Amino acid sequence: MTPELAIASVMLAALVIYTLSAGADFGGGAWLVFASGPRADDQRDLVDDAIGPIWEANHVWLILVVVLLFVCFPVAFAAISTALHIPLTLMLIGVVLRGSAFAFAHAYAHAEHHDPAPRRWARVFAIASLITPVTLGITLGALSTGLDLDPLTQRVRTDFVSEWLAPFPFAVGLFALCLFAFLAAVYLADEARQDPELSDMFRRRALLSASLVAATALLTFLAAPPRLQAGLADSAWAMGLHLTTGLAAIAAIVLLLRRRLRAARLAAMLQVGLIVVGWALAQYPHLVYPHLTIAATAAPRSVLVPVLVALGLGALVLIPALVYLFVVFKARTQRA
Amino acid sequence: MTDLLAARAQMAMSLAFHILFAMVGMAMPLLMVLAERRFLRHGDRLDRTLAQRWARGTAIMFAVGAVSGTALSFELGLLWPNFMAFAGPIVGMPFSLEGFAFFLEAIFLGIYLYGWERVSPRAHLFAGVGVLLSGVASAAFVLCANAWMNTPVGFTLAADGTLVDVDPYTAMFNPAALTEVLHMTMAAFAAVGFAVAGIHAFMLLRRPGDPFHRRALGLALAVGSVFACLQPLSGDLAAKHVAAHQPVKLAAMEGHWQTARDVPLQLGGWPDETTEETRYALEIPYGLSFLAFGDIHAEVRGLKDFPPEDRPPVAVVHIAFQIMVACGAAMMAVAAVAGYLRLRGRDLAAPWFLRLLVASAPLGVIAVEAGWTVTEVGRQPWIIQGVLRTKDAVTPMPHLVVPFATFTLLYLVLGITVVMLLTRKVFTAEDPA
Repeated sequence: MTPELAIASVMLAALVIYTLSAGADFGGGAWLVFASGPRADDQRDLVDDAIGPIWEANHVWLILVVVLLFVCFPVAFAAISTALHIPLTLMLIGVVLRGSAFAFAHAYAHAEHHDPAPRRWARVFAIASLITPVTLGITLGALSTGLDLDPLTQRVRTDFVSEWLAPFPFAVGLFALCLFAFLAAVYLADEARQDPELSDMFRRRALLSASLVAATALLTFLAAPPRLQAGLADSAWAMGLHLTTGLAAIAAIVLLLRRRLRAARLAAMLQVGLIVVGWALAQYPHLVYPHLTIAATAAPRSVLVPVLVALGLGALVLIPALVYLFVVFKARTQRA
Repeated sequence: MTDLLAARAQMAMSLAFHILFAMVGMAMPLLMVLAERRFLRHGDRLDRTLAQRWARGTAIMFAVGAVSGTALSFELGLLWPNFMAFAGPIVGMPFSLEGFAFFLEAIFLGIYLYGWERVSPRAHLFAGVGVLLSGVASAAFVLCANAWMNTPVGFTLAADGTLVDVDPYTAMFNPAALTEVLHMTMAAFAAVGFAVAGIHAFMLLRRPGDPFHRRALGLALAVGSVFACLQPLSGDLAAKHVAAHQPVKLAAMEGHWQTARDVPLQLGGWPDETTEETRYALEIPYGLSFLAFGDIHAEVRGLKDFPPEDRPPVAVVHIAFQIMVACGAAMMAVAAVAGYLRLRGRDLAAPWFLRLLVASAPLGVIAVEAGWTVTEVGRQPWIIQGVLRTKDAVTPMPHLVVPFATFTLLYLVLGITVVMLLTRKVFTAEDPA
């Protein structure tokens, strides 16, 4: 394996973990847009407790992907951030508002009921959680449809709009949102098990969003450029992967119906993880179609190898700390 | 507003905003750990309350710092794609390591903020120390990357402009790295110490004798004073370094036009870029020669040695530098008074001294913002000193004034909310924790 492929694999792993962790944080926030009825406050508290201690750590996976992209594939980073300036800026506004609004709403822990401010920030948090995944999906979708490159200067040729303002990126955006909402509902149903009524509320939402995932997946496939459709359907690895993804999806739904919540959580994670891997394999060997391949945009070897070493050493420190964080906050929630 | 100016304005605004929160995220853990260690030693609940109240404020500041920092890592590409395409691989090592340091910081902070009842007191204190160390490390790595823009090394340019022989370690440990890391980390502890001391001094004026605010004031002022008094040492190192490596930046900082020996230090004054002279300055004979090179007769190169298109905006850099030094000197004076009062066993909560502390609260923050103006504006017209000009690095994206206005408005709203929240939920809160 070449060093650039190793780094691209690390980026894929980080993207999968980001989707499974931060994606669910976004999904949890998005469900609060629809929090209503007599148990709205309990829904808010559940989401608060679920993401409070961990969302900042989960968020760092995205930073890791971006940093590795600009360090190891600088030409691709420059092209992406030039042509997709607008959706990336919208995503950033969402990221900034989501994190800040969550911290603000949380600061009013024992909210005075006459004070509208905490409610207002909780609302901003929910809406930002709803919009940010869409912009993230638009960006990833635009990478698949492709960017044009000037062969002489290696700089992107773009009108800053047409690459992303198209049906396919928006379909991917909706798909990402449904996927995140599905993950969050499955996690929350599992984490609320000590409160059967609340847990069941999210179990039903998980089933509802599972059907939305299927619908938007179909929409995405239909909106995809023919080349991508072929790539998703025909290549040697594709059938096996999609079959496994489909089985995981069916397993998640069946387990949800039978109230096997912990197992449903694992099946949903497998399903979503495989979807991200499937997207990456359909992209391979491109970072951005059609000119920016992993090999062609890689930084010199003298940069890549030390970064790989740093990633290895960093993981030695990071992984135990991360496991400790989740054991402290998630193990107890689930025992209770 | 040209697109280049809008891009520079957005970058400057984003950095100026993020730095406030980054400083708090780096320095507050020291105060919280000191208070918590006192509690573990002496069992005084007041110290635990103090650590928890500070932690509540830090949680808000850290969240805004984390997301505004994320915005910056994207803005590097959104605004300066040609800079990143060139520099990304070379300064990748500190940025990658910063990613890990920040990761650890977020993990330890999660445990620290939410784990009071969930982990043992010892593990909790350890998590606080973890936040402190990874926060300082994270800042140090980012400063290494910024230092490289001032003293770019660790690569060779081939004849066709492509990069060869990239050495990420040489780039990371570039000549300016050590002085920048020392000067800024110490500045953060001094600035945050003074700001926090000023806030608690204000509360003590309203509630004389309140034991909570007295304890808080003592700790914050001690930390702020120690670093304010050490800071001139790192400042001296930094100035000598700039004199050796970025002579045109030093000349702009000093408003020094004509290359000469026995150069005086010019305090204040107004550098006039059309007549190429600095007027109304108070001159200290031999001062600049001595401070820059340790020799009162040393030759110091002046701005006229450099073609006008290679000079930074002199007035901005000179005035910002004067502001930074003046604030630093004032903080040292306040620290000296505090030390004197403490040695004499006098009460630090005397109303006149509290008022002085309230007035001094913003000094460190102003000094930090002014200092960043010196180092960033002083590097212009280059984004990488001598290698890449800022105007050649900017994105071709049109209408950049729109994102500039949007982010400015967004950060304004966030800034106002943070101030309101801190005031109501942290400083003036009545409940014990």
